[in-house]
Amino acid sequence: MATPIVDVRNLCKYYEHGESSTVALDGVTLQIEAGDFVAVAGPSGSGKSTFMHIIGLLDEPSSGQYFLEGQDVSSLSDDARADIRSRRLGFVFQSYNLLARTSALENVELPMLYAGIGSAERHRQALEELRVVGVEDVASHSSNQMSGGQQQRVAIARSLVNNPALVLADEPTGALDTKSSKEIMQIFTRLNEERGVTILVVTHEPSVAAYAKRVITFRDGRVIADGSHAKTEDLETVGL
Amino acid sequence: MTLRLALTALLRNRTRSLLTMLGVIIGVAAVIVTVAIGAGARASIQTQINALGSNMLVVIPGSITMQGGAVRTGFGGSSTLTPADGLAIASLPGVAAVSPAVGLRVQAVAGANNWQTQLSGVAPTYTFIRGWPIDKGMFFSQNDVISAAKVCVLGQTVARNLFPDGSSPIGKTVIMRGVPFIVIGTLTPKGQSGLGQDQDDAILVPYTSAMQRLTGQTTYVQMLMVSANDPKQISMLENEINVLLAQRHRIVPPAQNDFSVSNLADIAAAASSTGAVMELLLAGVAAVSLVVGGIGIMNIMLVSVTERTREIGLRRAVGARAGLILRQFLTESIVLSTLGGLLGVIAGLVGTQLVAALAKWPMTIPPEWIIISVLFASLVGVFFGYYPARKASMLRPIEALRFE
Ligand SMILES: Nc1ncnc2c1ncn2[C@@H]1O[C@H](COP(=O)(O)OP(=O)(O)OP(=O)(O)O)[C@@H](O)[C@H]1O
Ligand SMILES: [Mg+2]
Repeated sequence: MATPIVDVRNLCKYYEHGESSTVALDGVTLQIEAGDFVAVAGPSGSGKSTFMHIIGLLDEPSSGQYFLEGQDVSSLSDDARADIRSRRLGFVFQSYNLLARTSALENVELPMLYAGIGSAERHRQALEELRVVGVEDVASHSSNQMSGGQQQRVAIARSLVNNPALVLADEPTGALDTKSSKEIMQIFTRLNEERGVTILVVTHEPSVAAYAKRVITFRDGRVIADGSHAKTEDLETVGL
Repeated sequence: MTLRLALTALLRNRTRSLLTMLGVIIGVAAVIVTVAIGAGARASIQTQINALGSNMLVVIPGSITMQGGAVRTGFGGSSTLTPADGLAIASLPGVAAVSPAVGLRVQAVAGANNWQTQLSGVAPTYTFIRGWPIDKGMFFSQNDVISAAKVCVLGQTVARNLFPDGSSPIGKTVIMRGVPFIVIGTLTPKGQSGLGQDQDDAILVPYTSAMQRLTGQTTYVQMLMVSANDPKQISMLENEINVLLAQRHRIVPPAQNDFSVSNLADIAAAASSTGAVMELLLAGVAAVSLVVGGIGIMNIMLVSVTERTREIGLRRAVGARAGLILRQFLTESIVLSTLGGLLGVIAGLVGTQLVAALAKWPMTIPPEWIIISVLFASLVGVFFGYYPARKASMLRPIEALRFE
């Protein structure tokens, strides 16, 4: 069997505040294979974002092991983690996080700038990815000249631009209306099916999770359900 | 790449970048202008003293003491010098010429015109000592001195004001303190002194005439001007005059001399060192304003780091190393301060021209100060930019992204 993209064993994350401490992740063990499309579901505070941040090397676990594409990344230096984020990971956030007063094209070029890719190649590839998500016509617009749906598509283009092993999206439709949400999820589905991009989407909406091939449900920092597709009963048991 | 990132970020916020630079611009401009004022004053004192002649000594009554570069004189405090002292000095070897001098303010009247001016009673050697030739007519002679003749020589400004119709003043009568003097010559124009005095606003008469007919003080003169043959022997001559006059005035140590001999080069050095201290002081004050400008940069950069926390988080998320964030922010503040320094130099040059034109103050800008102030501005940028830049680079990506 091929090496899984993500392989985590007994992942724990605690937050200390004074006397008490919060358990955000409580022994998570799972694998994500290449080409999978995973939704991470669960109620608010169940540890979904914490999990995604650790998988995305934005945060470190308190204990447990993490292998990314077979490499042990549990205890890498800050710089090494930045380099892996730059080359192997793509991020999409709920609040788009585009640079202000900067064109869509330049926003998409940013990860390539940090990966040290030349300007002509950056330009070409950024335009290409904008075309893939269908917003090449607003390439020169800055974020305040775009709709939320357009901004999120630009953010998706930015996450794709270094051909990452894994694209991580935290509530990518959280700030969008039903129609735009649907379009965004269709783009993810298409990217997964046509390009084989491995995708992990964090959401608490069953309608969004339904697009995924596999739904992992969290509760109190633990995986309580892991199914090949969204099972309504599972979601109902956690109160959604 | 860092420079590009920094420039893009600065251009994205033009107004703020400009306002941030303002402190440095003003600081550097202030340094340039103050240094130019100081250096200009020093240069003009120097030229003025050079114009008097580096081979000139001045003997005045009273004692003179040098204290920490400042000259204190007891000028006019006592009357001790006589024309005979002058004659004695003139007989020393190495002395080219001596002229006693007596000065007073007078109201000069010629027909319907009158003019308030400075009168000097001097000897015929005066034109030689000052290097100030006659323009028209002639200077008075030794005979005029002996007879205390009622003759005078006019500076250009006096001639112009007493005879505004342009007629030749020679042969005309000028009345001063009720005494009529015949004009026998005019001096060539000498222009302004380094400190803006009109040197042509002067009337010269024989010192005997001034003493006997105008001041009534017939024994003592106010000053003896001595011109040496060779500027190199000036300090030797200074000693000889000290010895000679001490003898003539019967001064026995430990009594203090009742006169003092000053070498113009010494006075020049004292004046210019006082100028240099002033200049440094002014430049210091200006440099403080530059540091204040630097603190302004630090303030804005700190605000900018907080404001751009999410941006920093995003940059980190898409792969920027912490060191790159540090370099980007540091470069931003260095660019701001250096650009501010360059604009400040331009503002300083314009300001210098303005002050020179408006205040009629001589200004010179030593070129090394331009380089020094721009370098200093850049350093200010490095120094005050480091802390905010470090703060930006220490932000943990996850917290930066969560920041509201
Ligand atoms: N920086 C932090 N300091 C302290 N506690 C934290 C911190 N971040 C998260 N937590 C806690 O960890 C738990 C999991 O948080 P997490 O953000 O992962 O939840 P989530 O499933 O993403 O919730 P939501 O659906 O509301 O986004 C929560 O109890 C939260 O309060
Ligand atoms: Mg969350």
